[in-house]
Amino acid sequence: MMSKTFPMGGVHPDDSKISANAAIEDFPLPAVAYVSMSQHLGAPAEPVVEAGQEVKAGQLIGKPSGFISAPVHSPYSGVVKNVDYVADLSGNKAKTVVIEVSGDQWDDGIDRSGEIKRDIVLSGPEIIAKIAEKGIVGLGGATFPTSVKLSVPKGKKAEYLIVNGAECEPFITSDYRQMIEQPEQLLIGTRIMMKALSLDRAYIGIEENKPEAIEKLRGYSKEYGDIEIVKLRKKYPQGGEKQLIKAVTGRNVPSMGLPIDVGAVVQNVSTAIAVYNAVQHNMPLVEKVVTVTGNCLPVQKNFRVRLGVKLSELIGHAGGVPEDCVKIISGGPMMGKAVYNIDAPVVKGTSSLLFLTRKETARRPESNCIRCASCVSACPMGLEPYLLGKLARLSKMEELEKNRVYDCIECGCCSYTCPAGIPLLDNIRLAKASVLKIMRSRPKK
Amino acid sequence: MSTIIILTVVSLSVLGVILAVILYFVAQKFKVVEDPRIDQVEACLPGANCGGCGYAGCRAFAESCVKASNLDNNYCPVGGNAVMKNIAAKLGMEVSEKLPMTAVVRCSGACGKRTAVVEYDGTASCMAKSALYTDSSSCQYGCLGEGDCARACKFGAIRMNAETGLPEVDEDKCTACGACVKACPQNIIELRNKGPKSRRVFVSCVNKDKGAVARKACSVACIGCRKCEKACPFGAITVEDNVAYIDFNKCRLCRKCVAECPTGAIHAVNFPQETNKQIKNDE
Repeated sequence: MMSKTFPMGGVHPDDSKISANAAIEDFPLPAVAYVSMSQHLGAPAEPVVEAGQEVKAGQLIGKPSGFISAPVHSPYSGVVKNVDYVADLSGNKAKTVVIEVSGDQWDDGIDRSGEIKRDIVLSGPEIIAKIAEKGIVGLGGATFPTSVKLSVPKGKKAEYLIVNGAECEPFITSDYRQMIEQPEQLLIGTRIMMKALSLDRAYIGIEENKPEAIEKLRGYSKEYGDIEIVKLRKKYPQGGEKQLIKAVTGRNVPSMGLPIDVGAVVQNVSTAIAVYNAVQHNMPLVEKVVTVTGNCLPVQKNFRVRLGVKLSELIGHAGGVPEDCVKIISGGPMMGKAVYNIDAPVVKGTSSLLFLTRKETARRPESNCIRCASCVSACPMGLEPYLLGKLARLSKMEELEKNRVYDCIECGCCSYTCPAGIPLLDNIRLAKASVLKIMRSRPKK
Repeated sequence: MSTIIILTVVSLSVLGVILAVILYFVAQKFKVVEDPRIDQVEACLPGANCGGCGYAGCRAFAESCVKASNLDNNYCPVGGNAVMKNIAAKLGMEVSEKLPMTAVVRCSGACGKRTAVVEYDGTASCMAKSALYTDSSSCQYGCLGEGDCARACKFGAIRMNAETGLPEVDEDKCTACGACVKACPQNIIELRNKGPKSRRVFVSCVNKDKGAVARKACSVACIGCRKCEKACPFGAITVEDNVAYIDFNKCRLCRKCVAECPTGAIHAVNFPQETNKQIKNDE
């Protein structure tokens, strides 16, 4: 069968999945953990514990504040040292509960047996409530509260549930390892979300460079015939929400629109597994699979880490920062963010730590645009990055809006492909933020 | 032959007259009545269209002046009091004199004073830098040094000092339009009273960290010790979020705070050199 893909743009970076064969290891518990209250998109959670209070693993320590927000649970048992402002990986300070870890006592009602529970007892609305209560957020990186995404607004109808296993970013293998090691949990998690959306079909999209994952999941087709495994062509950004919807359903998400406008709901594979754990085992989102990788590292690792472990401890367990490494990136090389503060804690959105050498990170010297239109062919959203980049430098906000700068998904294909080494995305991203600010400040009709 | 010429001239003249009449009536019908004072006011303005007044340009400002019942909320920072007086005279209104302002850079964390912790190789823009992380030094509040303010200045009043990595304001050129204040993502630049003979005292730091953290990050940081607050005889200094602020409306330029500050975060500018020495000798 032909692999499916999106028709417009895209690039083919070397996938460098060098950590693909490293089985997931449980990361040891730290002595002190830093559990941030802003691990999700939206309003930060409000701490409900005080200094000196004893907590159990799985206990609620931060309650959501606002509609788009999520609760935070303690990943450890121990004593709350204090509630302080701790710098995140960009150096911005966020309210954080500091826990002195002792033992591994779990809160009552949490099933840690690991046995696979196939029967879905809860009803649709109960499932959504459970997902909200257990603090599940989109683990693909955007950390948007999953319960909000599963609550279809009035007048809209969900027709497609697509589980995103594309993992198109080079290097990252955390989703891949989970698909290989927890296939049934993933399929049950998908079924749970199908029930919440009252759908009888779902799709799991996987890029063709992960044949083992495709094989493994297709092996369950007898029991889970209602979940179709879709083979996707290896092309970046195949895992972009809009690109994935186009590849699987053939539908175009309208400009400034949401996937639900075309009846699609997209969830990441690790989110599906977290949903399974929450609904079937009453398990809040307190751990995360994080890939620690890089060509300069002696060992490649996939760790199952409890939230709140310092990044520097992860780095220490992977053998420390290699001498020739000059940049550590949280996330993938295409869309990830450079780590400013290695003492920042692991949060729900952390998926990978990537170590790069000076040679790998060197920027090409910038020269003039030669109008080769490589960026235009590479843009998966059909924009003209050379033009947007130029307008952005000149701060022409009206022109930028006319040229749909707000449709940019910040995938970085334009900068990647530019033979003149122009930092197109850097400029476009700034302009996009300003244009969106202007658009939002306008009175609504 | 002559009849052709006569016919042509006559017909064209008649056509011209008819069209003129039509045009006259059309012009009357679609006439835009505009207050002639708008043009007069606009003529008084500098015409830089800098937007420092808060309007899109000089014409928009002139329109708002003519429409307004008084000039209290309208001020052209570039033209200053002289221009405002002219406008007031044209409109027959009163205008209160405002003290001249200037942009002040509240960071002195030059290259040697702040410990560098990371290396930045991204695009040369403070906005881009601040969107990525707090700063390449250990101080997350300080000047990012990419010169967004210098680029925003339409009067060429700000230039980046290559040695310190900090922006410098040329007071003679600065019109206090506020473009640099808006451009700075760190909110370091402030508009302050120019002061008599351009003499000013201000806190050149915006670091909100606790004293020890701030001091470790930068040797000239305000550590929020409150010594200046206690020393000020006029109650002009307040310390909030671990950083001191001098209210320029209350400050009488006595410079007692300058002598008190343990880190040298309070700057006194344009005072004669001798008096500076005198203060130190008095200590």
